[in-house]
Amino acid sequence: MSALDPIDRRLVAATQAGLPLVAAPYAAVADQVGLTESQVIERLTALQDRGVIRRIAIAPNHYALGMTANGMSVWDVDDDRISELGRRIGALPFVTHCYQRPRALPEWPFNLFAMLHGGTRDEVEAKRGEVSRILGGACRGHDILYSTRILKKTGLRLRDTE
Amino acid sequence: MTRPARIVLPPEALDATDRAILNALQDGFPLTPRPYDDAGAALGISGDDLIARIGRLREIGAITRFGPFFDAAAMGGAFCLGAMAVPAADFDAVLTQVNAHPEVAHNYERTHALNMWFVLATDTPEGIERTAQAIEAETGLKVMLFPKLEEYFIGFRVPA
Repeated sequence: MSALDPIDRRLVAATQAGLPLVAAPYAAVADQVGLTESQVIERLTALQDRGVIRRIAIAPNHYALGMTANGMSVWDVDDDRISELGRRIGALPFVTHCYQRPRALPEWPFNLFAMLHGGTRDEVEAKRGEVSRILGGACRGHDILYSTRILKKTGLRLRDTE
Repeated sequence: MTRPARIVLPPEALDATDRAILNALQDGFPLTPRPYDDAGAALGISGDDLIARIGRLREIGAITRFGPFFDAAAMGGAFCLGAMAVPAADFDAVLTQVNAHPEVAHNYERTHALNMWFVLATDTPEGIERTAQAIEAETGLKVMLFPKLEEYFIGFRVPA
């Protein structure tokens, strides 16, 4: 995977805090980085095609929207079925951050991680039951880890280096 | 990016159009010269209204961010989830050591024998292993790394 060229890095630096809330946002970004609007659109399109930009989107604040309880659910799923089942779990409306990760045996048998969101812990537990029913016999064991404290939280910051 | 306030909005803070915006714009946003007009048309509102509503959603804290989401790995860097089993008596001292690393982006205390879970974000893939080894050397504790092998998340839905 090739790294970013200096112009791409300027585009990342100019947009990582957010897209301007003006009628022609890509023209506004273009002014900031010294390109034309069509160059900005072309470059952002190319970055999206390459997967550098996963998507241009809104990130809801789960907590503010009433999803005040969340738990990191972890599952030991048959390797043969994890891709198929992982996609089904990831598509559930109350799930975020759904990933296959390596097991770390013997202490960590779990290979599917899914953050479950709900208004209360009981609701999260009910959703855990829903996930468990979907996984059925393909799941050999599961657990859920609740966060008790945020110890540190900083956003992704890419330096504007060239 | 500021840390989202831990405030729950009253249900009447959002109307049906706000919820439709939250749901639709999690999936993507047009790369066109007038993207708010285009995205607004699909929602039955004007571009100006969409701009005003996104601005308000941001002001009241209903969204944490609106814009491009970058993949650190595709930019040459790396992200990795890590975890440690920290003895209760040493927790604060270890926390200070771990958080001192700028590569530690998020860190949470969780209910498990593995009670400290953090995300490492580095400029290079090698930086993950290097940071984990530095934390192990400083704390004398094992750092378990859980890199993502496959992602399945589609999108969180706001109940309408």
